[in-house]
Amino acid sequence: MAIAGTILGRLLKAALTLFAIAVLNFFLIHAAPGDPAAVLAGEAGAADEQMIADLRAQFGLDQPLYVQLYRYVGNILTLDLGYSFRQGAPVLDLILERLPATLILTLTAFWISLLAGVALGVAASARVGKFTDSLITGTALLFYATPLYWAALMAVLVFSVQLGWLPGFGYETVGSGYGGFDRAIDILKHLILPALTLGLFFMAVYMRMTRASMLEVAQQDFVKTARAKGLAPSVIRRRHILRNALLPVVTLAGLQAGQLVGGAVLTETVFAWPGIGRLMFESLAARDYNTILGVFLVSALMVIIFNIITDIVYRLIDPRIGQKA
Amino acid sequence: MSLWSRFATNRAAVAGLIVLIVVIIIAILAPVMFPKGPWAMVQRPFLAPFGTDGLPLGTDTLGRDVMAGLIYGARVSLLVGLVSTVMALLIGVPLGAVAGFYGGWVDEIAMRFTEFFQTIPNFALAIVLVAILEPSLTSITISIAIVSWPPVARLVRAEVMSVTRREYVDAARLAGLSNLHILTRQVLPNTVSPIIVMASLMVATAILLESSLSFLGLGDPNIMSWGYQIGAARTVIRSAWWLSFFPGVAIVLTVLALNLIGEGLNDALNPHLTRKGKS
Amino acid sequence: MSVLSITDMSIALPSGADRPFAVKDCSYEIAKGEILCVVGESGSGKSMTANALMGLLPEGVTVAKGTAEFGGKNILKVPEIEQRALRGDRIAMIFQEPMTALNPLMRIGEQIAEVFEAHKRHTPSERKARALDLVREVGLPDPEKIIRAYPFQLSGGQRQRAMIAMSLALEPELLIADEPTTALDVTTQAQILKLILDLRERRGMAVMFITHDFGVVAEIADRVIVMRHGEIVERGTATEVLENPQHDYTKRLLEAIPTGLVPQSVAVEKAPALEVRHLKKTYYTGGGLFRPRRDVRAIDDVSLTIAKGEVLGLVGESGSGKSTLGRAVVRLVTPDAGEILVGGTDMAALSENDLRAARHKVQMVFQDPYASLNPRQRVMRALTDGPMAKGVPKDAARARARELMETVGLGADAVDRFPHEFSGGQRQRIGIARALAMDPELIIADEAVSALDVSIQAQVLDLLRDLRRQFDLSILFITHDLRVAAQLCDRIAVMQRGKLVEIGPVSDVFLNPQHEYTQKLLAAVPGGGWGKAAE
Repeated sequence: MAIAGTILGRLLKAALTLFAIAVLNFFLIHAAPGDPAAVLAGEAGAADEQMIADLRAQFGLDQPLYVQLYRYVGNILTLDLGYSFRQGAPVLDLILERLPATLILTLTAFWISLLAGVALGVAASARVGKFTDSLITGTALLFYATPLYWAALMAVLVFSVQLGWLPGFGYETVGSGYGGFDRAIDILKHLILPALTLGLFFMAVYMRMTRASMLEVAQQDFVKTARAKGLAPSVIRRRHILRNALLPVVTLAGLQAGQLVGGAVLTETVFAWPGIGRLMFESLAARDYNTILGVFLVSALMVIIFNIITDIVYRLIDPRIGQKA
Repeated sequence: MSLWSRFATNRAAVAGLIVLIVVIIIAILAPVMFPKGPWAMVQRPFLAPFGTDGLPLGTDTLGRDVMAGLIYGARVSLLVGLVSTVMALLIGVPLGAVAGFYGGWVDEIAMRFTEFFQTIPNFALAIVLVAILEPSLTSITISIAIVSWPPVARLVRAEVMSVTRREYVDAARLAGLSNLHILTRQVLPNTVSPIIVMASLMVATAILLESSLSFLGLGDPNIMSWGYQIGAARTVIRSAWWLSFFPGVAIVLTVLALNLIGEGLNDALNPHLTRKGKS
Repeated sequence: MSVLSITDMSIALPSGADRPFAVKDCSYEIAKGEILCVVGESGSGKSMTANALMGLLPEGVTVAKGTAEFGGKNILKVPEIEQRALRGDRIAMIFQEPMTALNPLMRIGEQIAEVFEAHKRHTPSERKARALDLVREVGLPDPEKIIRAYPFQLSGGQRQRAMIAMSLALEPELLIADEPTTALDVTTQAQILKLILDLRERRGMAVMFITHDFGVVAEIADRVIVMRHGEIVERGTATEVLENPQHDYTKRLLEAIPTGLVPQSVAVEKAPALEVRHLKKTYYTGGGLFRPRRDVRAIDDVSLTIAKGEVLGLVGESGSGKSTLGRAVVRLVTPDAGEILVGGTDMAALSENDLRAARHKVQMVFQDPYASLNPRQRVMRALTDGPMAKGVPKDAARARARELMETVGLGADAVDRFPHEFSGGQRQRIGIARALAMDPELIIADEAVSALDVSIQAQVLDLLRDLRRQFDLSILFITHDLRVAAQLCDRIAVMQRGKLVEIGPVSDVFLNPQHEYTQKLLAAVPGGGWGKAAE
């Protein structure tokens, strides 16, 4: 019941957020220098008259601003994200075609970074002040300071160009004719470098949070109670400290989702990964604003969905939420 | 113990400070060291590093001096990092302070607004903003500020809330002081430490964001930056690794230095948080 | 036949601490079935002893010398693995803060059963059954439901019972109780003390009971040890120590305790300093989209008067609304309805601006000496900000500040120092000076001595008494501690769940309480019987 209520509440909030982003998009188009229709069609002059006329009709540019806003938001809420004149296809189709690749990449990177980050954080906190701790903390600091795209380039340089271990380009081997299991293995090989380099930064974030949180929880009274019971240190760490320490990490993971989706733009650019991030990069060069805004909207939607999932997970772990008097 | 001596006990933080000072000096002296600027073609393209006298890091795809680009790049990174952080603080601090101090519906509205900005994937928003406003130093700085303020607002709100609950704030109310006086003289001064720490980390993040935007080709076309150098060399990584390697190292060093300074400040300003095993 | 025998134990603090030893050359024994109270003020080292016995000393703190003989072994020297086997099995411990001593994410039953698991006793289903038995034994209501509950669903007293259940699981020979009732309301404290006495009777275990409260000692102790700065200054049976203390420190501690000797009320002028009429304040919680709204009536139609020059004690347990009432009188809380008349002005009806001008009429002395002064401002600022805001010239305000610091016994020069340079008791004095600086018509003292050690508490109460005579102060003295209230107040008002249930002269309320709740409250005061005996 509590969880059903939560989901309903969150969906309502998600709808509002999406609506607000649509409004934001609308004003962004109007904030751009020049005629909005020309902006959407690409640089003025590059677009032919027919395109611009179509866009004017779509926006109703002769109408008052609020009517334009109403139409635009209405279009977006019915999933009409407009037309990409550069690519000659509806933006929604372009995005849907690329979305699976991005989902595979970001979800893999998320799980790798979360699991490795938590594991390393726990390991570091268990040996706080010792060599292992310094090693883990130092490495995390380094990853934390490394630009995603540069890590990706260096990984390509070392593992793909120099060592030749893994492919450094694309989603699968083009023209290989692989099917079924072989294809899956092929994609997996292509996935390793992008997912790892995208996950590095976030792994550092989760590691630092886990370590700090473990150390803080270890100071709390109930841990002393657990020790007074005569429990073994490993049990105390797992059952009492870790479970409580994970709560802020879950919250953080939700907040970081947005960054992960944003980071995918960089990773996909370096690896020519055919996802929506790469689509955004290509649209940047082509000044294809309709597509840029569409990708922006969809990535925000992904974050919203992710946040709802984190919220539910949090409620499953922490009995106090939503039941407090 | 003075602030400095507490900071100095953290050797990594002191090392970070030294690196940062060196970067600042280099940035200031760039025009003196390379009067021709970073765009001048000085030799034939693709010269490897450590091979040619006067060109320690070699030349890029257009025969420009990589070293000169690196040194001018420091100016952009520091400038954008600093200015965008100040702008983000100017948005986040007042908003968070008012929300935390007044509570109620003011807080509700301010936090919904902040939450909205936090939900939007911030790098994607920065891309959209720069793309639509046309890439320039100003639009990049503004965009980074716009995507960086929400954490400031949340932090300040939480700190102000906790300080406002203390009894000396009640005492100030009973002394008949105005709300503005209480907020600015009694409450905010007691929240500066965490804000300073956060600001130093934000400069680091802003530098990363700026370099990422430049990497995607969204940098100011008239200004040499580290991200631009890497972005321009991306396609030739197989033949000229050094073109992307050295600017990357520069970014990592600068950002790492700032992060270390942030941690050192945290230890020095919030000593009660780092003391362990007290019971 | 002693269960535990400690010989020459010293516990070393890490270098840089305020003294080299937390505990120095302590020797004592506890016999089977005996309750030994270890008494001392904060920093006396009383808790360190307990931590050392459990092998739970904080990092950097070590046992420097001495032995603790338990079950034929020196438990200070046995390896960690053996110590762990003792903990929770033969020696158990309960702590001061029931609100934080339980894991918030585990059910109560699981946390109790965990003790069996730690020592590899019983099968999982037996563990569950035994947990249920234990919950029943410590008198928790609805045991079946309690073992499935999470800590946040229990009250403080219930959590402490759950802690006790946990500590009893393996029938320990020794129970160490570290201030287990300090964080609880007085009626709950009485119940927990009774529970510990009952269990001692039934189980025959030895109890080492650490406390700062001689009232609790009178209630529960067989023998007493008094500690100061890590050393034992006095020892003996409860009667010996309480009635015929030898050491000066013990004497001073005992004198400092309000004894329940009820003072006669001083006659007061009739003109009221404060008149509260039909005051109401309700708090609403929840009320989200999917949550039902609940309301808590913090102040439920309360009317009372304080005469000029009178001290009215407002007592009640946590959640009774006494603090809300105090904060409503100074308008830190805006009441829903009713009038608050101070010198003819209705504080409840003032607009934001008028209120600021009228603030000086009522001032407050706060509870927490560490949170009531701005750490970044010198004392001078704290004492002059208010007077200057109401128009006193700067020089006059500064002169007055110095004078007041002299009055509260800190010396005029102390105005140039920062709060962190003062002790808790001294800070409370500054808080009092700050209130006086505004020349108020009424002072609200909200638990103003509750956070202080008993000997400091006595000094601050003395100061308040002096000031009252000197300035003819009217005070609303809010406290949870009936013994403190009896020392200072002319009349007592008792609040329960937002309602004023009884009000009258101190002697009437104490010796002839009318309301059932007041009677219950008085009966629960620890050491009440002993206090009367001393009369």
